[in-house]
Amino acid sequence: MSININGSPTNLPSDTRVSLLDLLRDHLNLSGTKKGCNQGACGACTVLVDGERILSCLALAVQYEGRSVTTVEGLSTNGLLHPLQQAFIDHDGFQCGYCTPGQLCSAVGMLREVRRGLPSNVTNDLEGESITLTRDELCERMSGNLCRCGAYNGIVYAITEFAETTK
Amino acid sequence: MSIKETAQAVMKKAVQIAPDALMPGGAPDPLIRQKHGLIGTPVSRLDGPQKVSGTARFAAEFPMEGMLFATLKYSTIPKGKITNLDIAAAAAAPGVVLVMTHHNAPRMKPAPAFMSSAKAAGGDDLPIMQDAEIHWNGQPVAVVLAETQEQADYAKTLIGVTYETEPAVTAFEVAKADSEPGVFQGEPLLLEIGDADASLAAAPHKVDAVYRTPRHSHNPIELHAATVGWDGDHLLVHDASQCVTHTAWSLAEVFGIAEEQVHVTSLFVGGGFGSKTLWQHQTLAAAASKLAERPVRLMLSREGVYRIVGGRTLTEQRMAIGAQGDGRFDALIQTGVVAMGRHNNMPEPFILPARSAYQAGSFRLDVEAAKMDMVANTFMRAPGESVGTFALESAVDELADNLGMDPIELRIRNEPEKDPTTGAPFSSRHIVEAYRAGAEKFGWAARKAKPGTHREGEWLIGMGCATATYPYYRMPGGAARITLTADGRANVKIAAHEMGMGTSTTQTMVTADRLGLAMECVSVDYGDSHFPGVVLAGGSQQTASIGASVAAAYRKLITELLKLAGKDSPLHGLDADEVIGRDGHLCKSDELERRESYVSLMARIGREELTAEASAPPPLEFTHWSMHSHGAMFCEVRVNAITGETRVSRFLGSFDCGRILNPKTAASQFRGGIIMGLGLALMEETQFDERNGRVMNPSLAEYHVPVHIDVPEIDVIWTDIPDPHAPMGAHGVGEIGITGVGAAVANAVYNAMGRRVRDLPITLDKTLPELGLVP
Repeated sequence: MSININGSPTNLPSDTRVSLLDLLRDHLNLSGTKKGCNQGACGACTVLVDGERILSCLALAVQYEGRSVTTVEGLSTNGLLHPLQQAFIDHDGFQCGYCTPGQLCSAVGMLREVRRGLPSNVTNDLEGESITLTRDELCERMSGNLCRCGAYNGIVYAITEFAETTK
Repeated sequence: MSIKETAQAVMKKAVQIAPDALMPGGAPDPLIRQKHGLIGTPVSRLDGPQKVSGTARFAAEFPMEGMLFATLKYSTIPKGKITNLDIAAAAAAPGVVLVMTHHNAPRMKPAPAFMSSAKAAGGDDLPIMQDAEIHWNGQPVAVVLAETQEQADYAKTLIGVTYETEPAVTAFEVAKADSEPGVFQGEPLLLEIGDADASLAAAPHKVDAVYRTPRHSHNPIELHAATVGWDGDHLLVHDASQCVTHTAWSLAEVFGIAEEQVHVTSLFVGGGFGSKTLWQHQTLAAAASKLAERPVRLMLSREGVYRIVGGRTLTEQRMAIGAQGDGRFDALIQTGVVAMGRHNNMPEPFILPARSAYQAGSFRLDVEAAKMDMVANTFMRAPGESVGTFALESAVDELADNLGMDPIELRIRNEPEKDPTTGAPFSSRHIVEAYRAGAEKFGWAARKAKPGTHREGEWLIGMGCATATYPYYRMPGGAARITLTADGRANVKIAAHEMGMGTSTTQTMVTADRLGLAMECVSVDYGDSHFPGVVLAGGSQQTASIGASVAAAYRKLITELLKLAGKDSPLHGLDADEVIGRDGHLCKSDELERRESYVSLMARIGREELTAEASAPPPLEFTHWSMHSHGAMFCEVRVNAITGETRVSRFLGSFDCGRILNPKTAASQFRGGIIMGLGLALMEETQFDERNGRVMNPSLAEYHVPVHIDVPEIDVIWTDIPDPHAPMGAHGVGEIGITGVGAAVANAVYNAMGRRVRDLPITLDKTLPELGLVP
């Protein structure tokens, strides 16, 4: 029973109650992924599984056998920040930094959803070929990631800039 | 008046009438004159790379050898006694190492309640798991320690508790019948000038209404947590804290050990907003760790935070203004009642803004506290001002409407020349400039004076404004240590906090400017109770407290350096006040070419390092002058005429908060405050079951905070006029942002739909009847 975390195969816990979040934080000391509610309401624990964003607090680790998980620690490569991480710094897209790993992973997954043409609650044309990432589209899609410091404007600037440079 | 109160009053008067020159800030901080330094330039957070890469370690993220995981079980009654605690099954569950209850907890003293002494940090002063008494619904009754969190959480479910319930006061109306005068920071909140009731009765124009604000919860996204361990009788606590020194001292009191035996660290804090002080969890973790003789990590669940960490209490405010036809205020009355716990002292001081906001012929301001059996209420971002400005600034808007005046002009007409209730001169007050600049940039002129007349399709559109205000504070106890090294670098150590405000970055900039060093030559260490200073991250006072402490340490350092440098130095004969730092050198301040570099000075004195530690002067300046931050808040809302939904479409904050040190992080502080204010205006409410005193929505699914889609682009501008009497000419900016927002939104809602909501939050159940959509 193994799971791939940031490129490294890792044993799954024998206790089936262990959430993916607690596996990361408590068992592997990968504390970049944050716990803010443990019930899927805040988004701080967002990670990418095979490129799709999920809430790791609502996921049992054993469900993810054989899957590839990317956490915030896995976004940067060879010690170089991911361009979205740098954009968050440049646009002050955080204050305390606690929701930031979730915002980052969520944004990476969200942009893939947009590219795949998945509609959101504010998408007007459900049959359109592609989604235009308007401010409303971005905000609607990121609304599962709470930021109590209120760095939302900076986060939106950072994601918008990153999305434009990677079009 | 008691002897103590009389003595305080005499001291206060003496400080007020003393010559300016004797006051801290009597001579402006030399940094105010300096125009070409780092101060005022936008600098990205120094801790940014750690925060975005997940390497910043928060309280629950310190691994310790042999560490156990903890969980808490909470009472389900508001008052009474535990009659039976069945822990056998829990204690026998797999992985469980300890079940701690009042039967086996070590003997501990209560935590000293916040403000009861200089370093008291406790949310209340109740016994902590020492007896069978229950004081609120949610009080911890057991701690389970196990090898894993899963084992601890499961075992907790096996604990059986039975109670004998006693009558409790859990309904506000019942508590109100027995309320008492509010006392804040040692002084009664009641303030009377003239006969406000008679003036109100005689005034030709008046508003007189009751405004209500509900309970609020801070909800920092980081859950309250502590990782603790004992080394003999020394306690190490990795805490999430906005008061490390207070917490260390208070825990020492609890465990009966010396302050130095408790070491509290808190380098990164995932938001606090007033909540990250000393609650029962740190003490319980330490007590359980002591019994188990192993380190313990205790991270509260989100529900746990609601159960044992208090929030902002509810307020019920009568707000009345009597005015002449030209708008001048004859009477300003703001009185009312707040709910308060029985074992804390925080009568949400909602009258504070009205003490200095407007000139008026008479005043009556008062807060009564109604004691309830509930979790201790506490400070939350701009305690008093956030909810007090809702009533005050809504009433001013109502009066403007009543007089047919523009609400900005009405405010300017009542602008005081000196503090209207103390008579002290203002240190720096440029609120009119802030209003003018804000109105221009926001496009206030396009507002329809007649409410309910701007509609686009389903949407009713309105604009509102309100005054933001928050005091300048600096608390006693600030101190710092500076070390200068032979390579011309400097390090500051101070027991201050970084919860996202930008403190570490901004104070590095300020220290670099003060010493005349490049930013990369300066480091600031903080978040450690073993560092100097008692520096609460609260009351928006950290910036001033650290600034004054570092300035004092700098002066001592330079005095020593010049003394040791001797007569061969080009600076010989000068004292610390005659030199300034520039480009890695100390220079004669009016003859910059007479200078010597730090590297050369250190070589000259033959030291690898030179250290100086000093305390900031006593904080007398804000008694001598009336010192406040100000802002003008502008809001545009759209209220849906079919659904009653309210959306904020535009917001601008125009601030007057002295000199802005780091525009990048200050803008985030302003926006963050405003966004929490949007929550206060439109959605936030901690629902309290008046039948049993239990919080009913203890989760982020049911307590709504603003999310991405709720928040428009928020424009923030500032006067940037230095306060000549504040360190660096700056004011803290952490709390001003939330003030005035509730009223700005409510005033815009009124302008949109022509009906007034005086009861926050402005939710559908309040707009729909006003729109005539439900009976």
